[in-house]
Amino acid sequence: MGGKKIKSVSYAKYGYIFSLPFVLAFLIFTAYPVLYTAVIGFTDLKGLGKTDFKFLENPFQNFIQILKTPSFQKSLGNTVLIWTVNFLPQILLALLLTAWFTNQRQKIRGQGAFKVLFYMPNIITAATIAILFSTLFGYPMGPMNDLFKLLGLSQEPINFLNNKTTARMVVSFIQFWMWYGQTMIVLIAGVLGINPELFEAAEIDGATSRQVFFYITLPSLRTIMLFTLVTSLIGGMQMFDIPKLFLNGGPDNATLTVSVFIYNQAFSGSYMYNRAAAASMILFIIIVVLSAILFYVMRDKDAAKMKKEIKKMKAAQKAAAKGVQA
Amino acid sequence: MSRKPEPLAGRAISKTIKYIVCIFLAILSIMPFWIMFMNATRSTYEIQATSIALLPSTYLESNWKVFHGKSFNPLVGFKNSVIIAVFTTIVNIYFNSLTAYALVAYQWKLRQPFFSFIMAILMLPAQVSSIGFYQFMYRIGWTNSFLPLILPAIAGPGVVFFMRQYLLGALSIDIVNSARIDGAGEFYTFNRIVLPIMKPAMATQAIFTFVGSWNNLFMPLILLTDNKNYTMPIMVSLLRGDIYRREYGAIYLGLSLTVLPLFIVYFALSKYIIAGVALGSIKE
Repeated sequence: MGGKKIKSVSYAKYGYIFSLPFVLAFLIFTAYPVLYTAVIGFTDLKGLGKTDFKFLENPFQNFIQILKTPSFQKSLGNTVLIWTVNFLPQILLALLLTAWFTNQRQKIRGQGAFKVLFYMPNIITAATIAILFSTLFGYPMGPMNDLFKLLGLSQEPINFLNNKTTARMVVSFIQFWMWYGQTMIVLIAGVLGINPELFEAAEIDGATSRQVFFYITLPSLRTIMLFTLVTSLIGGMQMFDIPKLFLNGGPDNATLTVSVFIYNQAFSGSYMYNRAAAASMILFIIIVVLSAILFYVMRDKDAAKMKKEIKKMKAAQKAAAKGVQA
Repeated sequence: MSRKPEPLAGRAISKTIKYIVCIFLAILSIMPFWIMFMNATRSTYEIQATSIALLPSTYLESNWKVFHGKSFNPLVGFKNSVIIAVFTTIVNIYFNSLTAYALVAYQWKLRQPFFSFIMAILMLPAQVSSIGFYQFMYRIGWTNSFLPLILPAIAGPGVVFFMRQYLLGALSIDIVNSARIDGAGEFYTFNRIVLPIMKPAMATQAIFTFVGSWNNLFMPLILLTDNKNYTMPIMVSLLRGDIYRREYGAIYLGLSLTVLPLFIVYFALSKYIIAGVALGSIKE
């Protein structure tokens, strides 16, 4: 029957046809806008409703201007600070909870419910959370002030968010609070993916829970932690919703992040699309460099060495084979 | 070789500490939202007297009336957000599943390079393209349209990756071949035979796409300037405005209304969501 025919039909073209929508959407809505943004960075494009532009005489003028702008420098410092202060406790708490939740000797009841509650803030609209927290920290009246009075910490109402350090800390806390549950679930999944024989062997050797955690669990989580670190960094460098709606970058630019800076440059004041585009490109370069450094520092040195050895061996084998032939 | 038993008292103490920490963190997750929901039902006067209440009051309706004739319109925001999120989810899941299928089922020359390319753009920061994207959309008159918020979802590298992993495990090429023998076209085979196989993976990804679209602030804020097009997060941002400065009850109610749909979705599907987060993390 048609058996022979089926074999002769090539289906390869469907690979291209079925990938076409993805490729087109990527080219139109991502690749082109990225290049366009890069181009705008070298032009004089500014002003609401403007779309035509001329290239600047000194093509790097916008980049130089942006790097010299004090509020940009400040926004960069704030972004790194707010991200670091949120990430360190986040990964430590997530690791601690992971150790507890995966400890076979001392099981914690209600784990499912705890996971659901810890992850919950992550799914709620960040815009809502920002305004909710600014209301919770209200002055002179607000739940936080009431709580301080109740606990006897302060008799007078405190204007928390007028203080630069407190404002930054609260933004970091919100980020921490929204993300530690996600990080924990990812790490627990990582632990469950570790070969159970490793744990059994440790059990037989009489290792304590602590030893198991530090000598088996933690080293095995290396790749997943690197992944968490890089995604958190990329997300953190683009932090927008919370700092924008919590205090709109205030007080005195203390919570101004790079994304909020870019938004304010492009969509308020004198609508400087060119400066905003230059700032976007600078941010992009920073993200790429930081990610590359992280990948390099955290790379698995043993695995890299192994790969090299294998390559060498293969080369040697080839050489040997050639030698035999000759 | 026998394991040293830890002292019984020590174990009890460590267990108690664990529960205390976990319960504290659980309260920390619930408390802000609890205060919000309760205050949504309380009058501004009550809130000014004590802003933390564990039980509701009776001013829900009068708080709702505050929104009358003001720019914060939760019904309009809800409608717009639903339209955008539903269509975003549909095109995102459908076209990226199709791309994943192309990567798994067919032998084509550029298959491996294309997959490497998808991995490379997986972590591309969205911020890099926003200014060019806005200018582009402005030039072709697509500001205040929902299309620029929906169509880019056709190219979702993360979803392609996830779907590819799923298909590698779940799809047997024999099914596809027998459909071919029965004379089914490739497109028909995908829609009628492959898509149903992918249902569990699609459901997981659909939840995250929907929630991501629903919560998105940056792009809608830039593109939608007409307040009848505002999405829920933009509506929320209006609550910061001066008109509501003294209307605490209404602010809390407004915030609650934006959170409520998410709470319903989350608690109905939390099992799948948690499993989905865990699955999405295993990238190797």
